Amino acid sequence: MRSHLLLLILFAFFVSLVFAAIAKDDIKEQIRYGGAMFAGFVVSAIVLGWLMYPFPL
Amino acid sequence: MRATAAEESQSGSLVLLCLASWAIPGAGHLWLGRRNKGLVFLVALPLMFAIGLMLRGRLFPFDFSDPLVLLEALADFGMGATYFLSKALGYGAGDVRAVTYEYGNAFLVVAGLLNLLVVIDAYDIALGRK
Repeated sequence: MRSHLLLLILFAFFVSLVFAAIAKDDIKEQIRYGGAMFAGFVVSAIVLGWLMYPFPL
Repeated sequence: MRATAAEESQSGSLVLLCLASWAIPGAGHLWLGRRNKGLVFLVALPLMFAIGLMLRGRLFPFDFSDPLVLLEALADFGMGATYFLSKALGYGAGDVRAVTYEYGNAFLVVAGLLNLLVVIDAYDIALGRK
C-alpha cells in the first residue's frame, strides 16, 4: 500500500468517521457531517498539493 | 464540606469509566449504553492503529530530551491497551527507510489522539452534558 492518494483517503475516512460519531447523535446528521468533513479533507489536500507543486523540496 | 458517599462512589465510577474508555476504545460508550458509537470506536480506532503499524510507523519512546518525540509518545500512549499489546508483541519499531514511514506515524499518532477525544466524550456523556 504505497499510493499516497489511497492513504490520504483512508486517513480522511477514519478521522471523519470518528469525528462524526463524537459530534453528532442522529445517524443522518452523522452522515452529513462526516461526508462534509471527508470531502473537505480530500479536496483541501489535493488543492494544497497542486499549490505546492511548483515549489521544490 | 465533605463529599457524600454517593458523590465519592460516582467519582470512582467516572474514573473507572475513563480508564476503561482509554484502555479499550469505545468501552466507555458501550458501558453508557451508546452501543452504535461504541462499536464504531471499537472497530475504527484499533484498525487505524494497526494500519499505522502495517505502514511501518514507529511507537515513539518516552524521550524527555526531545520534546517532539515525547509528544508523539504521549499521543501513541493514548491508544491504551492496544499500545501495550503492540509493544509486547514487538510491533512499532518503525522503519525510517520505508516510503510509508511518515504515513504510519500519522495514523498511529492520530489514532491515539482520537481515542483521547473519545474518552473525553464518554466523560461528558456520563456527566449528562451531552
